[in-house]
Amino acid sequence: MNSTKNKAAIVGIAITDFSKDCQRTELYMACRCIKAALDDAGLRPEDVDGLVKQTNDATDEHAVTSSMGMGNLTYFGECRWGAAPSAMIMRAAMGVAAGVANYIVVYRAVNGSSRRRMIPSMRASGQMSTSDSLQWTFHAPFGHLSDAGQVAMIVRRYMHEFGLNNDQFGWVPIVCREHGARNPNGMFYEKPITFKDYLKSKMVIEPLRRMDYYEEADAAAALVVTTTERAKDLRQRPAYVLSAAQDMLAETEELTSYYRPLISGIPEMGKVGSRIFAMAGVAPKDINCVQLDDSYGPFVPMQLEELGFCDRGEGVAFCNKGDRIKMGGELPLNTSGGSLGEGYIHGMNHVVEAVRQIRGTSTAQVKDADLVLVASGAGGPASGLILGGSR
Amino acid sequence: MVMEYIPGIPLLRPHVDLDNQGFWEAVKQHKLVFQKCKDCGLLVHRPRPMCPRCNSMEREWVPSTGKGVVYSWVNFVYANAAYPGIKVPYTVVVVEMVEGVRIISNLYDVKPEEVHVGMPVEVVFDDIADDLTLPKFKRREL
Amino acid sequence: MSMQYDTEHPVPMPPILWDNMGFWEGIKRHELVFQKCKECGIWLHPPRPVCPNCRSFEKEWVPSTGKGTIYSWVTYLESPHPSFKAPYSVVLVELDEGVRLVSNMVDTKPEEISIGMPVELVFDDITEGLTLPKFRKVG
Repeated sequence: MNSTKNKAAIVGIAITDFSKDCQRTELYMACRCIKAALDDAGLRPEDVDGLVKQTNDATDEHAVTSSMGMGNLTYFGECRWGAAPSAMIMRAAMGVAAGVANYIVVYRAVNGSSRRRMIPSMRASGQMSTSDSLQWTFHAPFGHLSDAGQVAMIVRRYMHEFGLNNDQFGWVPIVCREHGARNPNGMFYEKPITFKDYLKSKMVIEPLRRMDYYEEADAAAALVVTTTERAKDLRQRPAYVLSAAQDMLAETEELTSYYRPLISGIPEMGKVGSRIFAMAGVAPKDINCVQLDDSYGPFVPMQLEELGFCDRGEGVAFCNKGDRIKMGGELPLNTSGGSLGEGYIHGMNHVVEAVRQIRGTSTAQVKDADLVLVASGAGGPASGLILGGSR
Repeated sequence: MVMEYIPGIPLLRPHVDLDNQGFWEAVKQHKLVFQKCKDCGLLVHRPRPMCPRCNSMEREWVPSTGKGVVYSWVNFVYANAAYPGIKVPYTVVVVEMVEGVRIISNLYDVKPEEVHVGMPVEVVFDDIADDLTLPKFKRREL
Repeated sequence: MSMQYDTEHPVPMPPILWDNMGFWEGIKRHELVFQKCKECGIWLHPPRPVCPNCRSFEKEWVPSTGKGTIYSWVTYLESPHPSFKAPYSVVLVELDEGVRLVSNMVDTKPEEISIGMPVELVFDDITEGLTLPKFRKVG
């Protein structure tokens, strides 16, 4: 149970701006961002002996090492799916905790807008793995092809079971855009939205409106992880990884967990929540702010329920028309804007922002933020972590 | 002997991106260039966005001497193990340029049995198709 | 209303593998079959090599009654693929056997679909080589 407890800290962060067409290769952005994260930590590429990437990242580890002159990697790992960000920190924490590496860089670089599109219907049809076939054979022929459509099926059921209407989901994008409007690095700087704007946003796949989910972007992010002991000697205030966990259940699929008894929740996230709270020795009421997976807005109330901030079915009511989750509220959400309000880099920006909150350098700083929770990968295999300002 | 490409089978084309397009634009002009770091002067091949020695992102393209020696080589003799669009036998070489970088290429007008490690070579350009030129290497007289 | 296809673009039909062949062969015969574990008797969909309940590799294909209810549904107002003409609905049907199946409706407008609505199986012979199981409302 205490496997990742208090063994590691995040000591360097960097994130590029978000754009629709960055005019750079992903390798270029990864290198620039990793260098910036190392500069932030006061380290050099020669110090790096571990790399963790997202499985589908276009930038392989050897492209990074040969471009940056990293001498000797003793640890490399990868994590998959949308759960990657928190799980990647966990993977790095494990590496330094086991003494396999000293300084591990976690990175992500995507030309999600200008080059590679994640919507399955637009992927080049290539070889399919047998597990892809498990999913695609039974969904694709019926036109059930886009990620948004797959999520919408779950959202519909959630609405049905708890008597919700889809207008009520608007508070998540509105709050995320409000926070993102304060963030000069994001795609929506000075561009908040109103409830009216949300209602005017067109229905794309009923019951999801366009503003309910992310837009593709080009961006890169990198973080540097080391042991809590080494963190003390570096230049930034460490963000201690008090706990980190990931989870996958027997019937978990990637956005299409339709075949288990209940589909209106995220039980994987529930498991992650129990473990990270227990490991960190804190409770939901102790958390100062949250960075939750808002790739799809309706997942936010579902995560609040699974993580224990409120009861099942109460997630929308908990948000209280945005009051509870915005700056000045009880539990500020996605303070740099998140996927909906800053930009989409598959949730890496949520971890970066959590570190900023601990350091006191956020553009929407929560006073005395000392415990920040990050959740990644709603709708599939999930992960999460709790960062703290002290061990 | 010169490599023969089999009509009807797609040619193997390089993946050109923002980091390497300077190399391929030069090849089209029958020039061989390599990437150099503007800050510390390190020459590299293959092209990359950052200097692995000093981490500068200021890169430039400098002309190659075009001269080198064969560092290693293979002969593709068995059609089933080669690319179907190229007639076997054909030779793939790693050439070590006199300026220090290494480049993968093919031999031009050299019989497979003549190639050996250390053989002096120099670059030529093969205009294979309207939109495909590749640098190759022929025997160099010393 | 029923699904409209753009015949210039083939319906994406991913490869049929050993594990799911029985399902698609059944569909060709206009029979909806699901995998049933020979050891413990549970129904399985989507099909897979092992029974997650008892870990047996012994399975059989058994015909479904074809009757069920709508468990959830979505309506695509923008089509994600050139083969499918929007608007169209995708449903998740819970069959009486207890398994769920993603599918489409025939002769049913999106606004007529509701959770819990009883539906029954029909087969849509879309092209020469492609038949799909679909549903229409009962009564």
